[in-house]
Amino acid sequence: MNILYDERLDGELPANDKQQVLERLQHALPSLTLLHREEDLRPFECDGLSAYRVLPMLVALPDTLEQVEQLMRTCHDMGVPVVTRGAGTGLSGGALPLEQGVLLVMSRFKQILEVDPDARVARVQPGVRNLAISEAAAPYGLYYAPDPSSQIACSIGGNVAENAGGVHCLKYGLTVHNVLKIEVITIEGERMTIGSDAFDSPGFDLLALFTGSEGMLGVVTEVTVKLLPQPENAKVLMASFDDVEKAGKAVGDIIAAGIIPGGLEMMDKLAIKAAEDFVHAGYPMEAEAILLCELDGVEADVDDDCDTVRGVLEGAGAIDISLARDDAERARFWAGRKNAFPAVGRMAPDYYCMDGTIPRRELPRVLKGIAALSEESGLPVANVFHAGDGNMHPLVLFDTNKPGELELAEEVGGKILELCVEAGGSITGEHGVGREKINQMCTQFQPDEITVFHAVKAAFDERRLLNPGKNIPTLQRCAEFGAMHVHNNELPHPDLPRF
Amino acid sequence: MARQHQDMAEALCERVRQADHDKTPLKIVGGDTKAFYGRRVEGDILSTRDHHGISHYDPVELIISVRAGTLISELEAALDAEGQRLPFEPPHFGESATVGGMIATGLSGPRRPWAGSVRDFVLGSRIITHEGKHLRFGGEVMKNVAGYDLSRLMAGAQGTLGLLTEVSLKVLPKPTATHSLRLAMPLASALESLAEWGRQPLPITAAAYHDGALHLRLEGGPSSVAATRERLGGDVLDDEFWTQLREHQLPFFADTDERPLWRLSLPNNTPALELETRSDTDVLYDWGGAQRWVRTSIDGRSLRDAVATAGGHATCYTPGASDPFMPLAPSVAKYHRRLKATLDPNGIFNPGRLYAEV
Ligand SMILES: Cc1cc2nc3c(=O)[nH]c(=O)nc-3n(C[C@H](O)[C@H](O)[C@H](O)COP(=O)(O)OP(=O)(O)OC[C@H]3O[C@@H](n4cnc5c(N)ncnc54)[C@H](O)[C@@H]3O)c2cc1C
Repeated sequence: MNILYDERLDGELPANDKQQVLERLQHALPSLTLLHREEDLRPFECDGLSAYRVLPMLVALPDTLEQVEQLMRTCHDMGVPVVTRGAGTGLSGGALPLEQGVLLVMSRFKQILEVDPDARVARVQPGVRNLAISEAAAPYGLYYAPDPSSQIACSIGGNVAENAGGVHCLKYGLTVHNVLKIEVITIEGERMTIGSDAFDSPGFDLLALFTGSEGMLGVVTEVTVKLLPQPENAKVLMASFDDVEKAGKAVGDIIAAGIIPGGLEMMDKLAIKAAEDFVHAGYPMEAEAILLCELDGVEADVDDDCDTVRGVLEGAGAIDISLARDDAERARFWAGRKNAFPAVGRMAPDYYCMDGTIPRRELPRVLKGIAALSEESGLPVANVFHAGDGNMHPLVLFDTNKPGELELAEEVGGKILELCVEAGGSITGEHGVGREKINQMCTQFQPDEITVFHAVKAAFDERRLLNPGKNIPTLQRCAEFGAMHVHNNELPHPDLPRF
Repeated sequence: MARQHQDMAEALCERVRQADHDKTPLKIVGGDTKAFYGRRVEGDILSTRDHHGISHYDPVELIISVRAGTLISELEAALDAEGQRLPFEPPHFGESATVGGMIATGLSGPRRPWAGSVRDFVLGSRIITHEGKHLRFGGEVMKNVAGYDLSRLMAGAQGTLGLLTEVSLKVLPKPTATHSLRLAMPLASALESLAEWGRQPLPITAAAYHDGALHLRLEGGPSSVAATRERLGGDVLDDEFWTQLREHQLPFFADTDERPLWRLSLPNNTPALELETRSDTDVLYDWGGAQRWVRTSIDGRSLRDAVATAGGHATCYTPGASDPFMPLAPSVAKYHRRLKATLDPNGIFNPGRLYAEV
């Protein structure tokens, strides 16, 4: 099943004449940058999920909020769908354009409006890069905690839309825990403040609802984030294991010892090799798995915790434990992990990154299942894992130029996600559903639950003009997907092994 | 004594289906300890008390799933036995307080600015919709961005969008060291110190200003708590102070005071408001100044105007208030009405508890 918008399964889209839309927008917004020629549209045809590309009807690059407001009003009037895009690093096709829609690009809103060190907040425009916030806060000894590996490129607006996480979110939380207030513009062109500079606001928690809503409910036009004091001290332990299962168990043991590490990441043999070849992080090539455990806080506590964790790791059967000697080595240990995706990307022409989450105790079983899927399909799978919070990133390696391999990779990916759901987990921990996992939503949710999601959507965008086809599948799609796929434990091929 | 587990979901679904069919409003009640918090609801009483018990607790996963009718005290006892706790320190306001009410009111205690609020720890929920369908959102995993976050939307919605039957929460280990202290100083110096300490990685997890003194709680590893204790000095304070503050048991909160009790929620680092200096006004600072309890005879409107100007909002905690919650901006109110209309079209769930129109 192709993931490009399919009117039969995703609902009819209004048919608009490109020339007419262009003229109307040019007339209503003479100062707005509007791209319409094919060569100008080309750079926007995909986001980080580059296997799928669609040329948008038009691309709008506003500089002011008035333009966004007017654009939304005009599109709403004409019934033209709008897809919002931040930096385009999303991995689930959330910003994949629509042929019949306008792509609203927020990248020109790049200003850091305010850093208030005493209140420990920063107010920024949505196109500001994640890392730029921490850089602006650094002179005050503060930083913005959620640190997706894409932080040098991704925008805070996109982070809010995806509820982005990072390697430090077990201890410091996801985007939803670190945002105080957002300004939004609805599809009707209405401005709204959600949340406040205080810790809470009256009424429904619309801030939680908007965070992670993938551009389906409104356009985020400003974000106020919390800043935290930089930890006084951070140490990283790297432990090698001769067995992935032992590493998985060690993760639980650390937490059972009452310790919440700042970061707790795991990589398997293939990922270790890729990272080592790419950034020379000093990873042990002979290990089946490594764990990176960062402990941060006040120096004396960090030292105590390091001793405890070392003991736990030894008890769990680590074959080698090394402590980063200084900040440079600590940065190097992390560089391997943070560059794992591009590193794996060098091992094959293409890779497909999955994002399932599971209860940690299920790790050994799910890893075995993934290994079996890899063997059965012949496609190598490297595993990178936010181990502390059960978020897996299996990377399926393939070559688009080999006929059928993309489809095979997607099939393997889909099965991995079903494995996660079956283990009590979720199809996505941080990358979002977007277009990519639209079918797997039917595995995770029943039709009645999906109906409630549609009700929420209708409260903000009754005519389905904002990012149609993303995030929540139609019931028709689920009916079709269910009919041809594993669902409700009725297997199309009961003879195939399952895990 | 812990009661037997009991799953009443089927009966609750039937109750809701019937109410929706008859268009008769339901007044959802757990332990009835927080009835003061919100507007009066007229409706048939639906009690969640019989739907109780911890359905799943895995300390190593840091996750617990609890039915709505479970007492908060039972939940806390189960966590305590494993050396864990609810980091957001929910107020009980009575022995019969249930988990359902804890989530629905979304109230958090003194640790909130440092640890996070109730909704920050909500991972999943089970909800009965107006059609009487028992659905599941979120789950028992730390990270999950599939679909809209309905579980967190339920926190603080006061039962106006659906009937919460079960919630999955992230829990955390208790710190190994705790120390509370009292530092006599003027308010202005206290606020200044808090702003400065806020930029440093100190193990502060509660800060209240009351009776001419800053009250602080330190929690963390033994070494950092000891070092901070040495650095800040002050008199030793009984940790019980924080429970009394959380439960409104300090003399400041005594019912004998005729003036209404207000809760002000303000941005971090907001200086004392002008109204705080009035002779008919008393203030107790919590959350490092971001939450202020105010006894005053000033009229609600003027109070709210002043608080709104400072970027915050004010809630009236005195029972029977006609508008306990600050009115919403018109655009925000519109989307509240629309959400209510799409999720509870017949208006059966706690109608009017939050605002007249939801
Ligand atoms: C190498 C690599 C590593 C990554 N690592 C991580 C990681 O560790 N953790 C993690 O969480 N993610 C990670 N990602 C995924 C991605 O970076 C995040 O999802 C990020 O939040 C997307 O931000 P963006 O600005 O690029 O958004 P885009 O890709 O442009 O858009 C993503 C979604 O957000 C919506 N959107 C964007 N801006 C707005 C706005 N202003 N208002 C409303 N909706 C908007 C879009 O419609 C779309 O649905 C990684 C990606 C790459 C390529």
